[in-house]
Amino acid sequence: MAGYLLRRLWQMVPTVLGAVLLVFFLFKFFGGDPAEILGGLNATPEQIATIRSELGLDEPVWVQLGLYLQSVFTFDWGESWATGEPVGELFATRLPATLTVMLPILLLEVIIALPIAMWVAYRRGSLVDRTLMVITTLALSISFLVYIIVGQYLLGFQLAWFPVQGWSDNTLTNLTTYTPLPVMLAVLVALAPNIRLYRSFLLDELGNDYVRTARAKGLPERVVLFRHVLRNALIPVLANVGLALPGVFVGSFLIEQFFSIPGLGREVLLAVNRSDYPVIQAIAVYLAMLSMIINLGVDVMFRLVDPRVVLK
Amino acid sequence: MSVTSVELEPAASQIHSEGVWRAAWRRFATDRIGVFAATIVITFLLLIAASALGFIAENWEAETGVPNARPHFLGPAPVVETSVIAMPSGPNADLTELDPLAPRYAEWDAQTKQYAVNETTKAQTLAFGGDWRGRDVLAKAVKGSEISVFVGVLAALVATLIGTVLGAISGFFGRRIGDLLEWIYNVFEAIPGILLIFAFAAVFGRGMISVVLILGLTGWTGLYRQVRAEFMKHGSREYVRAAEAIGASNTSRMFRHILPNVSHVVLVRMALLVVGFIKAEVILSYLGLGVGVDDVSWGTMLAEAQSDLIRGYWWQLAAATLSMAVFVTAFSLMTDAARDALDPKLRGLE
Repeated sequence: MAGYLLRRLWQMVPTVLGAVLLVFFLFKFFGGDPAEILGGLNATPEQIATIRSELGLDEPVWVQLGLYLQSVFTFDWGESWATGEPVGELFATRLPATLTVMLPILLLEVIIALPIAMWVAYRRGSLVDRTLMVITTLALSISFLVYIIVGQYLLGFQLAWFPVQGWSDNTLTNLTTYTPLPVMLAVLVALAPNIRLYRSFLLDELGNDYVRTARAKGLPERVVLFRHVLRNALIPVLANVGLALPGVFVGSFLIEQFFSIPGLGREVLLAVNRSDYPVIQAIAVYLAMLSMIINLGVDVMFRLVDPRVVLK
Repeated sequence: MSVTSVELEPAASQIHSEGVWRAAWRRFATDRIGVFAATIVITFLLLIAASALGFIAENWEAETGVPNARPHFLGPAPVVETSVIAMPSGPNADLTELDPLAPRYAEWDAQTKQYAVNETTKAQTLAFGGDWRGRDVLAKAVKGSEISVFVGVLAALVATLIGTVLGAISGFFGRRIGDLLEWIYNVFEAIPGILLIFAFAAVFGRGMISVVLILGLTGWTGLYRQVRAEFMKHGSREYVRAAEAIGASNTSRMFRHILPNVSHVVLVRMALLVVGFIKAEVILSYLGLGVGVDDVSWGTMLAEAQSDLIRGYWWQLAAATLSMAVFVTAFSLMTDAARDALDPKLRGLE
């Protein structure tokens, strides 16, 4: 196990390096001139030249790459160009809000979609199954934006069941007052793709020989479904949750934007709009690393859940 | 005599077996939902072509109605009494003696008469309502469909081209070059998709071509992986070896022998990309990272619709949502039918 972990971590090195280089060269060659963005519209050429030498932009590319690598590995990205806030602090203060919204979403979308998927997979080809498949196809073709716009308008503005938007410093208040509407809408949107996906996982399992054997030896359907089929189908479901985990840290930027939730997603969006390069670069690089580590964690977890999985 | 002709047919078809595309078409034609969906998609494409060539919705920017004009079926907006003070009746007071400009009024009136005034009356209602500037929402929806579908299809073409070429090279040659391409793939996969899109959006700025590039350059990975697997599978098959034996070059084996045999995989995958990219364009445009300021797409319509809705003007939201839902649903159903027709083994699995 330890050897496996070490090998996997070692294999990550080139990928991490690649992600770091991709971000560097993307901004270096395609992005605008940082000095001009920082200087603003009224900067004189002298001011721009000063900023350029402060940022080390007049050095050769490889020196700049060195400076950049230094900031990657010392976790020191300096300050946000737009607000002057240190980038590290910015992440640390925005993350709690994102997690407060994203974790309930991730949990609920699995818990709600799975029973529905089981039901329609079990009654495959029935009227209920076919109707639900048509509904999910339709639901999938409506933009996420429409759900949020209409949901916020109807439930928040017209019926006033929930606050339209807002956020407080108290996590409990946030969970009880401000997150229900965004969480509900995000879960609603995720239901259609999740039901379809889980249904296909369950159908794969239902077609297996062990299901026939279990039925043949007279096990009640309840036991066949829950103890045999569900347990096996949970593996791809969990794999899918694992894939979605890195996204939890970016947050649903649309949700955060619409409901004014001061999370990471909204911050990234603001950074893109303000050409705030350090913030975008830092989050892209660290999230790449984080998602690789999460992927490794998911692989290891599989070994614990399913003894058939061999770690190579 | 008719008996012999019936007997001859199977023999003839055995000599020249049905091609993969012909067989797929035969299966597709029996799929009623697929054919119906394809009809809707083709109708949309004709509409889009007509709008691109300037036959319809050319003047979508013309402010033909009053601001937020209501749809025909709702009738004109009820007149709201805005002023509580009644207009004074009777003739205006004569101020000629006090007004220093009075001597020149006659002269100015004469000057004014020299110019023709072209006063257009703005319609109180439009076919499906108007937006905040009084532009016809129906024309906007047609133009918006054109831009959104165009961006989606073009971006899918870019991603397909990158994915297919890289996947073919990686799967066919393997070794060093395969490792290199796998590394690039891993790097692109490592950064969460939406962040990659944002990073590209931050450097490319907005505009139609930017969106196409952003989506195309970030969205090729899934297709690459699948094409690579197919090329690895086919690369060692007998027909490819036979081609090698008669001296077919690498390029010829890759693109003339193997590619036609995996093209159905590419096609289905590309259709899925189109749907994904259309949705992504809508969101990017809504966020102000998408098409240009003067362009209209489903996304920019939704961005305007949000503030319209709060004031009770729901028609722009309805027009954008409806046209998008109909097109995307039809396109998805058509893709499903096409996939089933091209690869009958997959039927009903998803």
